[in-house]
Amino acid sequence: MELTTFWFIIIGVLWTGYFVLEGFDFGVGMLLPVLGKGKADSTDQVTDPVTDHIGENEKRRRVLLNTIGPVWDGNEVWLLTAGGATFAAFPNWYATLFSAAYLPLLIILVGLIVRNMGFEYRHKRDSVAWRKGWDTAIIVGSFIPAILWGVALTNMVRGLPINADMEFTGNLFTLLNPLSLLGGVVTMLVFMTHGCFFVALKTDGAVRHDARALATKTGLAAAVLAVVLLVWLGIEVGTVTSWVTSVLVALFFLAALAFNLRGKEGAAFAGTFVAIALFVLTYFVMLFPNVMPSTTNAAWSLTTENASSSHHTLVIMTWVALIFTPLVVLYQSWTYWVFRKRITTKHIPEAVDPSRPDPIKVH
Amino acid sequence: MDVLELARWQFAITTVYHFLFVPITIGLSALVAGYHTAWLRTNNTQYLRLAKFLGKLFTINFALGLVTGIVQEFQFGMNWSDYSRFVGDIFGAPLAIEALLAFFLESTFLGLWIFGWGRLPRALHAACIWIVHIGTLLSAYFILAANSFMQNPVGYRFNPETQRAELVDFGAVLLNKVQLVTFPHVAFSSYMVGGAVAMGVMLWNLRKRTLEARAAADAVETGGATKVAPTADDLTMYRKASRVGAIVMLVASLGVVVTGDLQGKVMTDVQPMKMAAAEALYDTYEKDAPFSIFTVGTRDGKEEKFAVTVPNLLSFLATGDFHGKVEGVNDLEPELQKKFNEGKLTSADSYTPNIMWSYWSFRWMMGWGGICMAIGVWVLWITRKGRNPVNRWMGPAALVGALSPVFAMSIGWIFTEIGRQPWVVYGVMTTKQGVSPSVSAGEVLTSMIVYTLLYGALAVVEVKLFMDYMRKGAEPVADDGEDLPGGHSDGSKNDDELSFAY
Repeated sequence: MELTTFWFIIIGVLWTGYFVLEGFDFGVGMLLPVLGKGKADSTDQVTDPVTDHIGENEKRRRVLLNTIGPVWDGNEVWLLTAGGATFAAFPNWYATLFSAAYLPLLIILVGLIVRNMGFEYRHKRDSVAWRKGWDTAIIVGSFIPAILWGVALTNMVRGLPINADMEFTGNLFTLLNPLSLLGGVVTMLVFMTHGCFFVALKTDGAVRHDARALATKTGLAAAVLAVVLLVWLGIEVGTVTSWVTSVLVALFFLAALAFNLRGKEGAAFAGTFVAIALFVLTYFVMLFPNVMPSTTNAAWSLTTENASSSHHTLVIMTWVALIFTPLVVLYQSWTYWVFRKRITTKHIPEAVDPSRPDPIKVH
Repeated sequence: MDVLELARWQFAITTVYHFLFVPITIGLSALVAGYHTAWLRTNNTQYLRLAKFLGKLFTINFALGLVTGIVQEFQFGMNWSDYSRFVGDIFGAPLAIEALLAFFLESTFLGLWIFGWGRLPRALHAACIWIVHIGTLLSAYFILAANSFMQNPVGYRFNPETQRAELVDFGAVLLNKVQLVTFPHVAFSSYMVGGAVAMGVMLWNLRKRTLEARAAADAVETGGATKVAPTADDLTMYRKASRVGAIVMLVASLGVVVTGDLQGKVMTDVQPMKMAAAEALYDTYEKDAPFSIFTVGTRDGKEEKFAVTVPNLLSFLATGDFHGKVEGVNDLEPELQKKFNEGKLTSADSYTPNIMWSYWSFRWMMGWGGICMAIGVWVLWITRKGRNPVNRWMGPAALVGALSPVFAMSIGWIFTEIGRQPWVVYGVMTTKQGVSPSVSAGEVLTSMIVYTLLYGALAVVEVKLFMDYMRKGAEPVADDGEDLPGGHSDGSKNDDELSFAY
């Protein structure tokens, strides 16, 4: 296999890692107002007077945030690595894509910034206004990238006006076409569903049950629109292989929904995990051997050949990737193992605030 | 302003801002790891309190370093696409490796450390914060290797067919002689920052708690004690921690001075124009160049009118020989014009960087560093032999002491980058050739305004939160540390509250 093809696959793997992992924490963030509302626990009939001032909704939100607390940051590094690896292996791809999607990328970055700050700062003060502000940041900051990554990647696959110098010649409205916007809605709904399955797998009590119920609704909407998207894209730029993988996406996604209905949470989460991976695979199959097709003139498309780094750089990067990617997967999986326990509202400690001392824990 | 100027301003704003948090992250993670390990070895809960206290301040700071770092990763492609195309073959590799090796380590193990209290075996838990620290150093190494390539391009060749720079020797890029002095200089400076921030925070608390203890003692005498007063142990803890901060800072500062001196010599060798600008040295000294402490030039910046100087010092700083030759701007400029003005990628109106900025930023860098060292010595003096002093200089000293090395590093980078102009890659590509051709001035202006407003707002939130947690001080912990795994004989541990939760 050509090294350029190998690196095309690696970039695909990195995007896959990003979507299957950050996808569910986007989902959790987007669904914070929905799943973060209701009784703390289905078995609790009487509200605990000691913790009442915290509020049931607040406890549920904290349960949700704590399911992704230790892992969201590691999930996001897949994106930074995808960006860095594209820069290293396909400088022209990196340069054309990022300068073309300038304003959407800016909005994505702002979304990620406020969202991450929300995760890190929300719990650092015990104030309703403070929490409310950061909740908004987390919710909006999860919606924006969940939608816009779908828009950006769909644009990348269907092609953009690119001139002979590999420069994008369109504007913001070129990027906001119906097909790509549909792509954004699909990623949003798929990530919501994926997030529900994660929550169902990681929590217990009322939140868990609500997540399972919600997953069926978002999942069905996602399934219908994903089929429309993949058929539409398939007609425009599909290949035989991409049709096969598209069918597999649908099968795995529907299987996930079926497992969820039967209460098999692990299988349901694995189902969306694989379906999202196959979704990225489908996009990359549609792309290959282009990396950014030009709608102006097919001869001006960026390909794995004309966008790539020199052979020497690819050889070095290959060694680095072969040694360190498995290591990353290993220790990141271990993190999930360490934090494997389900979280319930009972596990949530009292809120902390710098203006009053922490309670001393005595055993 | 045109795209070039806006893109440069944006890079300056986002990078300088990002870099305020980076050295604190590198330095503080080492101190947190140190205290955590000290607790593990001695079971002295004061160390645990300090680890947790500094750990909180560390995470408040880390959050901003993280989010502003994401922008850095994307900015090259967004605003500097021609630069990215031209050097991506070399420059992209360290960036990708930084993400794969360093960012994953930092983010994953920081999550494990923050949420790991009571869930991981103690030694493994402490190892997590060390791994975070190693991650920060690896990150620094690779990003500085990338920057060193811009300062002194090595290990590459220009490929006329592809019209770009291509990698020939990656080892040469990673072991660039600029990199070999820059990395230790930045690492030592970061430890200096970490020590100084810890010193400032602890000194402020020492003063506050000592005052509280005295007030409580007075209140007991008059029979009106109300609040829980800091104990003698608390005061000892803050005093020791202030001293540890000061010592870490001072030891690191020795490394900073030595590596800074080496860096000056390498810089003179690879970018003589930068040294000339840093010294506002207009005419070449064949030998015995003096170091100027203060210079006034003519309005057009071409001639020196008045200067306070130390004889022969510049010759030594630049060449290691008190009688060495140092070239001046007026001789270097025509040389560079002749050498570079023909090439498309290298032609520029002037090869002289902004002298005012170069000259003063160089001095401010050293000045702030010196101020910090002086404060460190003063802190060690006033806390000597078990003294818990209270005086009105401690507050300002805590603040200035903590911030001065951050300013020094910041302005040191401004010097390094301004002094390289008009080049983006020294001697190979000018900055104006690197900007994105397909991006409009309006787009760059939009993103610049958005980042500036957002970063400004976040700074206000960050500083307020940092100050509030600093005021809160090191919280007491139970005698057995707290929340050790399997701590409960009845096995009820698993249903306990989380030790740490969002």
